[in-house]
Amino acid sequence: MTSLRRRIVSRAAEIFCAFSVLVALLPLAFILFYVIKEGIGAMNLAFFTQMPKPVGEAGGGMANAIVGTLILIGLAALFAVPVGVICGIHLSEYPKSKFSTMARFAADVLNGVPSIVIGIFAYGIAVLPVKRFSAIAGGIALGILMLPIVIRTTEELLRLVPAGLREGALALGASRSRAIFSVILPAALPGILTGILVALARVAGETAPLLFTSFNNRFWTTNLGQPIASLTVQVFTYAISPYEDWHRQAWAGAFLLVMMILALSMIARFAVRRLERMNRP
Amino acid sequence: MRRGDDRWFRIGTGAFAALVLLVVAGIGFELTRQSLLSIEKFGFGFWKGRVWDPVSGDFGALPFIWGTLYSAILALLLSTPIALGIAVFISELSPRALRQPLAYLTELLAAIPSIVYGLWGIFVLVPIIRKLEVMLGAKPALGVGMLSAAVILAIMVVPLTSSVAREILKNVPSTQREAAYALGATRWEAIKVAIGFGRTGIIGAVMLGFGRALGETMAVTMVIGNNPQITASLFKPQYTMAAVIANEFTEAADELYLHALIEIGLLLFIITIAINLLSRLLVRKVTA
Amino acid sequence: MKVTNPTKITVKDFNFYYGTAKVLHGITLDVPERQVTALIGPSGCGKSTFVRSINRMNDIIPDAHGEGTVLIDGKNVYGKETDVVELRRRVGMVFQKSNPFPKSIYDNVAYGLRINGTKNKRDLDETVEKSLTRAALWDEVKDRLHASAFALSGGQQQRLCIARALAIDPEILLMDEPASALDPIATTKIEELIYELKSNYTIVIVTHNMQQAARVSDRTAFFMLGKLVEYGDTKTIFMNPREKMTEDYVTGRFG
Repeated sequence: MTSLRRRIVSRAAEIFCAFSVLVALLPLAFILFYVIKEGIGAMNLAFFTQMPKPVGEAGGGMANAIVGTLILIGLAALFAVPVGVICGIHLSEYPKSKFSTMARFAADVLNGVPSIVIGIFAYGIAVLPVKRFSAIAGGIALGILMLPIVIRTTEELLRLVPAGLREGALALGASRSRAIFSVILPAALPGILTGILVALARVAGETAPLLFTSFNNRFWTTNLGQPIASLTVQVFTYAISPYEDWHRQAWAGAFLLVMMILALSMIARFAVRRLERMNRP
Repeated sequence: MRRGDDRWFRIGTGAFAALVLLVVAGIGFELTRQSLLSIEKFGFGFWKGRVWDPVSGDFGALPFIWGTLYSAILALLLSTPIALGIAVFISELSPRALRQPLAYLTELLAAIPSIVYGLWGIFVLVPIIRKLEVMLGAKPALGVGMLSAAVILAIMVVPLTSSVAREILKNVPSTQREAAYALGATRWEAIKVAIGFGRTGIIGAVMLGFGRALGETMAVTMVIGNNPQITASLFKPQYTMAAVIANEFTEAADELYLHALIEIGLLLFIITIAINLLSRLLVRKVTA
Repeated sequence: MKVTNPTKITVKDFNFYYGTAKVLHGITLDVPERQVTALIGPSGCGKSTFVRSINRMNDIIPDAHGEGTVLIDGKNVYGKETDVVELRRRVGMVFQKSNPFPKSIYDNVAYGLRINGTKNKRDLDETVEKSLTRAALWDEVKDRLHASAFALSGGQQQRLCIARALAIDPEILLMDEPASALDPIATTKIEELIYELKSNYTIVIVTHNMQQAARVSDRTAFFMLGKLVEYGDTKTIFMNPREKMTEDYVTGRFG
């Protein structure tokens, strides 16, 4: 007879594992519940259309911060997408070269660097020289954060493109660059797009690197050389303030942020699948 | 003609890849350059100094190193069993239909931005911890402190560790478990065999979580109390490397102050790189 | 005339399903004690599935289930009170590709003993040596018991797996194509081993190699498309089969 002890231990272990899933899902539900409850309650039209009011005055909104975040992730994409995709192309075309191994290694290293350290770097190269915080500096910081994700996704997806496609293109006389840009890249595009959207979702939620690059701005601006507001920094500023009304707005900002990230992830999943289906004959 | 075109292609795309190398090297270089004043003034004493006094210009980073390591290790202790439990459940125990949804939900935890964790931390977690501390008779019962930081870090680290551990377990050949079952192993005993087979990778997964906890900034700074004291007490407010940089960077009035902060950033850079590299090595060994 | 041994395993009207697909149809046969029974047939005919049903290894496959009677010493393996874990201790299994644990040679053999509660070092040492000897591996590894199992050759690893299975003192040994991944010399060693082992264990061996079945077994069962076509003394099956299908198969006309 299998000892009772062994059977009990096995059962207990199984129960613990099921229990851990619950333990993890609990905070998730808890957090989402609060964000939704407090966030929706604090949302109104003013939130989307108004600028922050001066300290102590109730009301106002985060219009500039919302636009600021969009501008910042746009800048980040401007930097990270061309660099990341082309780097990914190189890594997939020459996967075993010493240079590629080093570049891949560097991307891996970059992936693990805390975002605040990247912020310090962006401060050094984009804020110090001009002695001014700016949207561009923030965009650079976020772009560097996006880079490893875009590189890795691009490389993996290009590798997945069936060899027959490349051989066909080359057999028709296309040069390597022609083959890549006209045949292989388009085939991998839906997946690469997903990677980009996922990376955007990730950096949209970043706060630390923006604290001393794009800084913050109570006013409306679209001048990229000036400091700019962002949802994340605004939520942070409001959250640590002593004002009830600002706390309320912080929840609203957090809710919007979570919704944005969710939306980006969903677009990444579904709309891109649509693109994929279009691509196939 | 095609040869030449290929050559340009290689160089052209290679230039972009070189940019990545440049950025990484640039970070190391820039961090060092911007902390020279502090390095020159304090030398190795910086890492042993317990005093952080911007007013008198005396900077010592030990409290932050302490806070960072303490909070990260506590977070590991809390998160690792849970993360492994989840990984085992999803890959070995759960009904097939539940696998995808459960995996997705755990990923969702990872998608929540740090600032949102921090917000929830300040307004929901800290009051709860404060009540707990009052019940335990702890002094001081502020709510903010090491315990809150450890809890929130643990929650944030779980999805990373568990998803990597899940990949590792997926790569363990089923013949290993079969061998165990055929010898009369119980379910848990067979799972232990699988974990044993992937133990290198699982250690790597745990280390990845550790690296993440070390660098986490916003959520921690909002609940840890931001007080540079070195204490083993779970209830006293403390300070981490990332948190002090985030809080004091824009307030640093003089260059030395700034350089001291950046030197802390340099240390953070080096530590997290080392841990991440080690963990990737371990993970790659088992998934290659 | 050969004296038939008492029956160890009785199978009656056994069916097996993967989901809704029926892969074994009404299998009925008796496996005699302390003899070698070989299962032959073309790929996909169900012989592996059948053998794995004896120690209920198929239980770990979702949506798979068996119905019918499989008696070992008169007790139904698929009965409600069956302790599957204990069943698998009594019925050992060796797989097509050797699967030693990433541990030392010693720890591999000791694994089954340890999970069953044996802690005493002397007992472990003794049983490990006995099992490795029975598996004809002792002489080759006695000086490096604590080396990794992976340091052994393919053939040695398979004999290690056999030793590991023998260590927990099973009565029956199931072997699913144990030599198919091995070179001819290692194969011969395994076949010799099987011949020695049958005096102590009931052995059921699945093989796609007919010559091996003819060399090694006392009884042979021919499977085809999930059905048992013919079962009898090995000599009869190979020299004088009853069914035409059997004759076609053993003479190499197909499969």
